[in-house]
Amino acid sequence: MSGVNDMMTKQSDDVIVKTVSRLLIPFMQIYALYVIAHGHYSPGGGFQGGVILGASIILLVITYGLDNALRKMSEKMHIIMCSTGAIIYAGIGVLCLILGGNFLDYAELDQILHVGIAQARSLGILGVEVGVGMTVMAAMISIFLDIVTGGLHSKEKNIQGKRA
Amino acid sequence: MIWQLDLILCLFIIICAIAAINVKDLLAAVIILGAYSFFMCLLWTEMGAVDVAFTEASVGAGVGTVLFIAAVSKTKRRSKD
Repeated sequence: MSGVNDMMTKQSDDVIVKTVSRLLIPFMQIYALYVIAHGHYSPGGGFQGGVILGASIILLVITYGLDNALRKMSEKMHIIMCSTGAIIYAGIGVLCLILGGNFLDYAELDQILHVGIAQARSLGILGVEVGVGMTVMAAMISIFLDIVTGGLHSKEKNIQGKRA
Repeated sequence: MIWQLDLILCLFIIICAIAAINVKDLLAAVIILGAYSFFMCLLWTEMGAVDVAFTEASVGAGVGTVLFIAAVSKTKRRSKD
């Protein structure tokens, strides 16, 4: 039973799986960034791009093991990114409120950006998409890690113990 | 919209849904649910809701399947009923 439990968190022995995922992960992340950046004039957006970014990190956890993935992006980093994205979203909304418009009324951002109302709306939506993408990516990875480790996070403690 | 294509996709969706409920192996049920999500995604695209189809493909067939497989790997693979 322990072999089944470790299946999702252990480093894979298969050279084909590791090579294919090593080649695939950068392209997945570039595609996710494309989806986020083109969210306001094509299908997709912050949520879908964030899910694809999260899926690329989940693939890293499955193939290269939990320890290697957490060394690249620790548990604390997930929490920081999750809340930073929400702050970006709410911050842009409150900024529009402060500048005299409604919540998330991007046209008011023209007063600090000086690029014209249409361009200010476009940039405002882009900022919100980036915030949503960060939050969704961190949340997806956190949910996956919580299921896989059973909420114990014993491996995270081991890594911190080795560093200290 | 092509109603013949709609009908075929609906048929596949219903077959996948019934198969996912009835199969005893839970890992097989998860994979059939992924296939269900992909047919659903094709149906959304065919109806013109590309944004919904994108969400269905990335969440339903991508991350959802991975989360279900993780849950199955932490519990038993066979269902009792």
